[in-house]
Amino acid sequence: MNRRAATNALFYLILIACAIVFLLPIYLMVLTGFKPFNEVDLKTMWSLPTNGLHIENFIAGYQQLAPNLKNSLMMVIPEAVLSSLLGSLNGYLLSKWKFRGSNLLFTLILFGMFIPYQSILIPLVMFMQFIKLYGDLPGLVLVHIIYGIPITTLIFRNYYAGISTEILEAGRIDGASLIGLYRHIMLPLSAPSFAVVIIWQFTQAWNEFLFAVILTNQSHWPVTVALNNLAGSQLVQWNVLMAATLLAALPTLLVYIFLGRFFLRGLMAGALKG
Amino acid sequence: MFRSFRFRPRQLILAAILMLVGLAGLFYFSGTDVRLGTTDLTSLGLLAGGLIFYSGMLVIVAMFESETVLSIALLLPSIVAVAIFVYGFIGWSIRVSLSQWQGLLPDYTWAGLKQYYNLFNNDPRFLIDVRNTAVFTVGFILGCLIIGLGLAILLDQKLKGEALFRGIFLFPMSISFIASGVVWAWLMNPATGDRLTGINMIFHLLHLDFLISLWYTNPQPWGMAFTVIPAVWQLSGFTMALYLGGIRSISDDLREAARVDGATEFEIYRYIILPMLQPVTLSAVIILGHMSLKIFDLIVALGKQDIRLDVPGIYMWDTTFKADNYAQGAAIGVLMLVSVAILVVPYLVQNMRTETEI
Repeated sequence: MNRRAATNALFYLILIACAIVFLLPIYLMVLTGFKPFNEVDLKTMWSLPTNGLHIENFIAGYQQLAPNLKNSLMMVIPEAVLSSLLGSLNGYLLSKWKFRGSNLLFTLILFGMFIPYQSILIPLVMFMQFIKLYGDLPGLVLVHIIYGIPITTLIFRNYYAGISTEILEAGRIDGASLIGLYRHIMLPLSAPSFAVVIIWQFTQAWNEFLFAVILTNQSHWPVTVALNNLAGSQLVQWNVLMAATLLAALPTLLVYIFLGRFFLRGLMAGALKG
Repeated sequence: MFRSFRFRPRQLILAAILMLVGLAGLFYFSGTDVRLGTTDLTSLGLLAGGLIFYSGMLVIVAMFESETVLSIALLLPSIVAVAIFVYGFIGWSIRVSLSQWQGLLPDYTWAGLKQYYNLFNNDPRFLIDVRNTAVFTVGFILGCLIIGLGLAILLDQKLKGEALFRGIFLFPMSISFIASGVVWAWLMNPATGDRLTGINMIFHLLHLDFLISLWYTNPQPWGMAFTVIPAVWQLSGFTMALYLGGIRSISDDLREAARVDGATEFEIYRYIILPMLQPVTLSAVIILGHMSLKIFDLIVALGKQDIRLDVPGIYMWDTTFKADNYAQGAAIGVLMLVSVAILVVPYLVQNMRTETEI
């Protein structure tokens, strides 16, 4: 028994050491964010603030990123809602109304989730310029929805595959059509899956960089592009930068902290297919 | 194909209204330039009009009572979108990569495989990129697998506070590569002597000065290996969750039986659990591998255009949108796609086959 206690203590020690390492970056961001300007020095990077908590850095960081946070929000909300609706419909059809070749079709759609977007970037830019959606947020929303089709379809398809077909058959005997079954049986059962997909798409689009940097102009930059720009600028104090980084990461962090359960399920969907 | 046609007057009226509204929208938006502030709404209007018109057609299709036809008709917008934006654009990129397009104006003059030949034979930067990607991929996958598996086994010991630890190891996944790169660039600050800071400072304070590192500014390929650290920080928790799921799905009876047979805990992991986790390792390798082959934003934020840390994703961006060398950019994009496809396509095909059998 003593030996068991000793090994457990060892395990805790390792876990706590790992947890400290994992939390280090967040600790630094929060710590630096709360220091007043005159206390910020590379030498004392890890020391606690000595003159009480100050939020000047967060205000300065917010002032730098405010328009971009707004851009990100305006892009992410319609994107998450629309792509979850589309994914739900696709997932329903591809799991409950299989036809010859529907599995092949699904696989072909799924491939779109893995491609490096550099391989479609040139045509995409030309196409977006052609349809005059280049440089602005609606274009970015459209692109995120379209390239989100594979993952949203996958998550919904896996979820619906787990719902027994018997409910549908019962509904069919009552005379419900394909659309009726979706509206009256599947959709009311879909809430958990909608939560997963909306959260997933929200996080993905909020964190995405490549499409954002290529497809938007400076006044429409989402927060990732603006943050990267801020980091490259010589004019910004690094403590402000840390505070700004925390602000940029905060929405997805909060989503993770409060809705982590759903977030994790979205994560797993990409790896484990049902 | 059509089993029957059931005439429903009310639905026909609905269909007519939808199609008329759709047509009106199409007509309106094709005639004028509609703007909202600086946003050009013309194509969005056309798209909406087209979709409304199409939904009217769907109402008519629904009257034919063939589920297969209706199902395909409902899928069609997504199918068309993916066909154009994924497969059409890939084909288009391949065509650009076989041209000699350089400069702002498209030039599709046939150049054959010249771009590919040049990348591999006359382009030191691309060869650096290939080596960097290889270093990053190996380091990233190994790091995530080893740390992920280790953490999963530790968390499998039914210790108190498991949920808290799991949450701590997973949260970096929710942060963008850009934010992570910006923070880690400061943590891995390579300055020495008087300007010592970041993690090096911690090493110094702990009297572990021998650990002080130049991080990603080390001579290559070791410098590149350090860029793996933020990536592993972000995704080893994900790998842990995968493994933990795998371990938990192994029945306790199996372990109990092994214990009765006198196996030690270590032997149980070594001979029973690890072999059963192979499918998990495979999916982890594919997910992590395809991420690392196209790694881009993390290196942008961390390396700040340092050529020594260049990867194909950044080269493609530079050469296409800064140097206007479209043909070369397309070729790099296509090569990235090929590398990912080699990894992913067998997995997808396998997945499709097993599913069709069931």
